[in-house]
Amino acid sequence: MIQGVGITHVLIVSTLMFFIGIYGFLTRKNLITILIAIELILNSVAINFIVINKYLFPEKINGQIFSLFIIAVAAAEVAIAIAVVIDFYRINKSIDVEHGETMKY
Amino acid sequence: MDWSYTIWIPLLPFVGFLLLGFYGRKLPAPVPGWIGTIGVFGALVLSYITAYNYFFVENTDMLFEPIKGFEMLWMNFTDVLQFKMGVLLDPISVMMMVVVSTVSFLVHLYSIGYMKGDPGFGRFFVSLSLFTFAMLGLVVATNLFQIYFFWELVGVSSYLLIGFYYEKPSAILASKKAFIVTRFADFFFLIGILIISYYTQTFDFLTLNGMDETSFTSLSASSFMGMSVLAWALTLAFIGGAGKSAMFPLHIWLPDAMEGPTPVSALIHAATMVVAGVFLVARLFPMYSHVDGGAVLHIVAFVGAFSSLFAAIIALTQLDIKRVLAFSTMSQIGYMMLGLGVSGLEGHEGLGYTASMFHLFTHAFFKSLLFLGAGAIIHAVHSNYMTKMGGLRKYLPITHITFLIAALAISGIWPFAGFFSKDAILDAAYMHNKIYFWVGWFVAGLTAFYMFRLYYRIFWYEDRVYKHTPHEAPATMTYPLMILGALSLLAGFVFFYVWPFAEYIGPTGKPFHMHINWILAGISLGVALIGIVLATIMYKKKNDIPDKVSKAFGLFYKWTYDKFYFDEIYMFVTKKIMFGIISAGWTWFDTNIVDGTMNLIGNTTVKSSNAIKKLQSGRMQDYAYAIVSGAVALVIIFVYIWTH
Amino acid sequence: MFYILAIIILVFSFLAVTSSKVMRATMYLLFTLIATGGLYFLIDYNFMASVQLIVYAGGIVALIIFAVMLTEKIEAKIALPDKTKMIFAGLLSIVGSIVTIYILLSHPFKESSNDIGQTVSVIGENLLNYGEGGFVLPFELVSILLLASLIAAIVIAKRKFDN
Repeated sequence: MIQGVGITHVLIVSTLMFFIGIYGFLTRKNLITILIAIELILNSVAINFIVINKYLFPEKINGQIFSLFIIAVAAAEVAIAIAVVIDFYRINKSIDVEHGETMKY
Repeated sequence: MDWSYTIWIPLLPFVGFLLLGFYGRKLPAPVPGWIGTIGVFGALVLSYITAYNYFFVENTDMLFEPIKGFEMLWMNFTDVLQFKMGVLLDPISVMMMVVVSTVSFLVHLYSIGYMKGDPGFGRFFVSLSLFTFAMLGLVVATNLFQIYFFWELVGVSSYLLIGFYYEKPSAILASKKAFIVTRFADFFFLIGILIISYYTQTFDFLTLNGMDETSFTSLSASSFMGMSVLAWALTLAFIGGAGKSAMFPLHIWLPDAMEGPTPVSALIHAATMVVAGVFLVARLFPMYSHVDGGAVLHIVAFVGAFSSLFAAIIALTQLDIKRVLAFSTMSQIGYMMLGLGVSGLEGHEGLGYTASMFHLFTHAFFKSLLFLGAGAIIHAVHSNYMTKMGGLRKYLPITHITFLIAALAISGIWPFAGFFSKDAILDAAYMHNKIYFWVGWFVAGLTAFYMFRLYYRIFWYEDRVYKHTPHEAPATMTYPLMILGALSLLAGFVFFYVWPFAEYIGPTGKPFHMHINWILAGISLGVALIGIVLATIMYKKKNDIPDKVSKAFGLFYKWTYDKFYFDEIYMFVTKKIMFGIISAGWTWFDTNIVDGTMNLIGNTTVKSSNAIKKLQSGRMQDYAYAIVSGAVALVIIFVYIWTH
Repeated sequence: MFYILAIIILVFSFLAVTSSKVMRATMYLLFTLIATGGLYFLIDYNFMASVQLIVYAGGIVALIIFAVMLTEKIEAKIALPDKTKMIFAGLLSIVGSIVTIYILLSHPFKESSNDIGQTVSVIGENLLNYGEGGFVLPFELVSILLLASLIAAIVIAKRKFDN
C-alpha cells in the first residue's frame, strides 16, 4: 500500500495506459510499432493484477503469480511475433501492414 | 356387352407417348417410329373391333343409341360441378375413332420413311403420339369439359409439330400464330361452355342432347339482344370450333401451318384436327337444332359457305403446292360446316348432318393422300413450288397415280369417294336454301379447276430437266399412299351401296335412306368436268393462256394471290392498335413496375453486398477496431442502460 | 513519488505510440517499462519489479531492437496514419477510458489495511506447491509454452531452402 494513494488512482493510471495501447494498436502502420502497443496493453494488465493484489488481498500472492505468467507469456509472444515479422519482411520486402491484406474480399 | 376396353383406344398412343418421351432420345432411329406406329396400330385394331361391335353386333335393329363405354370421376367440387373423363360411343365418335386411328397409323408409317435422317426423329414421334392420344380423347369425350381439355391438348401438339423445325424462324412464327389464333378462339369456346353449363347445370353430352324441346324453351327463356342466352353460348362455342377448323375470319393460321413437316400437315391439318370444329357442332347437334329453332345453324351455314368460296378463290392462284392444299382443306371444311348448317333433325331432314359426316370421312382419306403425295413430291424435288416442277409423271409413277385418284375424288367424279359425299351436301343445301346450293356448285367447279391445275403443273406441264433425278419414295412411304388411294377410290362406293352411310350415322341415331338426286348430281358433275377440262386446256402443256387470263383479271388477281391481305390486316390491328394503344398502359405497368420491382430487389441486394463486403478488408486493425468498439458498446449498454 | 512515476508512465507511453521514428518509440517503451518497475518497487513487490526489469525491460526491448535492425534502417521515418483513422481510434479510446474510469470511481473498493510484505521465498514455495493453493501446474505449462515458442520462432524465421 502506497501511503496517501487510493487504489482508484493507480487503476486509473493503468486504464489510461491500456487505452493508449489500444489507440496505438489501431493507428500504427508499422508492424514493430504495433508490437510496442501490444506490450503496453499487456503491461497495463500486469499492473492491474499486482495493484489489486496489494490493496485488496495483501495476504495472498495470486496477483503476483499471475503477473509473472503474463510477463512470461508476453515474452514468448514477442519472440514469435518477431519471427513472423522477419519472415514477412523477407516476402514483402517491407513491414508495412498494408501488405498483409491477402484476406481481403 | 362390356365396352370398358375402349378406354385403351386413346390410352395406347398415350403409353407410346410416355415411352417415347422418356426413352426416345436414346433409341436409334427408326425404333421410335416403330414404337409410335405400334401404339397407334393397337388403337386402330381396337377401333375397328369397337366399330364392328357397335354397328353390327350390338345394334342389329339399326337404332344407334349412344353408350358410355367408360367413365371415371376426375375432379369433384360440388354435386353439380364435377369433371368426369370417359369414353362415349355413338355413331359419329366411332366413325371418328376409325378415321383418326387409320389416318394416324398411315401417317406414322409414312413418317418413318419421310423423317429418316432428321435429327429430331424421336421428338417427332413423341409429338405425333401425343397428338393421336389427344385427338382420340377428343372424339370420345363424354362431356364438354373433357372435349375442351383435349381440344387444348390437340392445340399444344399442333404447336409442337408445326414448330418442329424450330431453327427456322418462319416455322416458329407459324406455330405461334396457329396456337395464338386457336387459343383466342378457344377463349370464346370456354365462355360458351361456362354459359351452357351454368344454365343447364351439366356438362354431360348425353344429358345436353337428350333434353327435349320443352326444357330447351324453358332454359332459353332469358334472352339477350334477340337471341336467347343458350343460343349465344352455342355461337361462342361455334367460334371456338371455327378457330380450330380455320373458318373465315380465323383462317390465317392454316396456310402458315404448312411450315411443319408434310406428314404433320396430312394428319393434323387435313384429316383430323381441323375437323374438330365440325365434330363439335355435330356432337352438340341436337342442341344446335333445338335452341331458338336452329338460329345458330344459320350462322354455321353462312360461315361454312363463305369460307369455302373464299378459300377456293385464293387456291386458284397459289404457287406453293402445300398452300394450295391448305386452302383446299379450308374450302372442304366449309362444305362440312355448310352441310351441318342446312340440316334438320328427323328423317330426311337430317341429310345435311349425314352428308357432312360422310364428307368428313371421305375427305380425311383423299386429303391426307394429297398431302402425303405432296410430301413424296417435295422429297423428290426438294422444293415446294410448282414453278420448279413439271413432267414428274415419268419419275414418280406411284405418286402420280395416287395423286390423280385423290384429285378425281376431291373433284367429285363418280365413282370416287368425293362424289357421293359432296353431292349429298349439295342436295341438303338445295332443300334448304337455293343460294347455298349455287355457291356450293360454283365452289365445286373451282375445286376441280384448281386441283387439276395443281395436278397438271406437277406431273405434266413441261418436261423439265432436273439436276438430281427425282426418285420414287421408299416403300414405307408408298404403301400408305397406295392404301389411301384404294380408300379414296372405294370408300364412297362401299359406304354408299354396300354399307350405306346414312343407315348408320344420322343425327338422332335412327336410320334413313340416302338416295342420290341425279339431277343435282348431274349438274355438279357437269361443273366439275368443266373445271377439269379448263384446267387441261390451260395447264397440261405449257402455254400462255394462264397469263392472259390473269392479266384480264388484273388487280383482282393480285388480291387473290396475296390472300386478300388478311394477314396484313391482322398484323396491323394487333401491332398498331392493340399493342400500341390498348395495351400500352398495361405494358408500361408490366415493364416498369412489375419488372422494375424485381430488378430493384436484385440490384439492391447486389449493391448492398458490394458495400458490405468492404468491411472485410483483410487488415487486422480494422477487425480489432470492431472488437474493441463492440466491447465498449456492450459495457455501456449493460452497465448503464440495462440495469437502470 | 507515485505521481511522478504515473506521469512518466503516461507521457512516455503516449509518445511511444505517436512518435514517427521506430527507434524513438522503442526507447520510449523502455522508459515506460522501467517506470513500471519503479512502481512495483514503491509497493514493496521487489521480486516482481526485478522480473519486470529483467524480462520486460531487458529482454523484450532488446528483441524489438534486433527486429528493427534486421528489417529496416534505424533512422527511417515511418509514415503517419491517416486522419480519419486517428480520429476514430482516438474517439474510441477516449470513450472507453471514460467508461472504465467512471465504473472504477463508482465502485466501492474495500481496501484492506493488512499490510504484509511478501518475500521471495513465499513466492518460490507456492510456485512449486502441488497441494492446496499451489501453482505448479501453470508453472509447468508456461515452461512448455516457452519451449514451444522457442522452437516456433526458430522454425518461422529460418531461411527456407527451396530445392
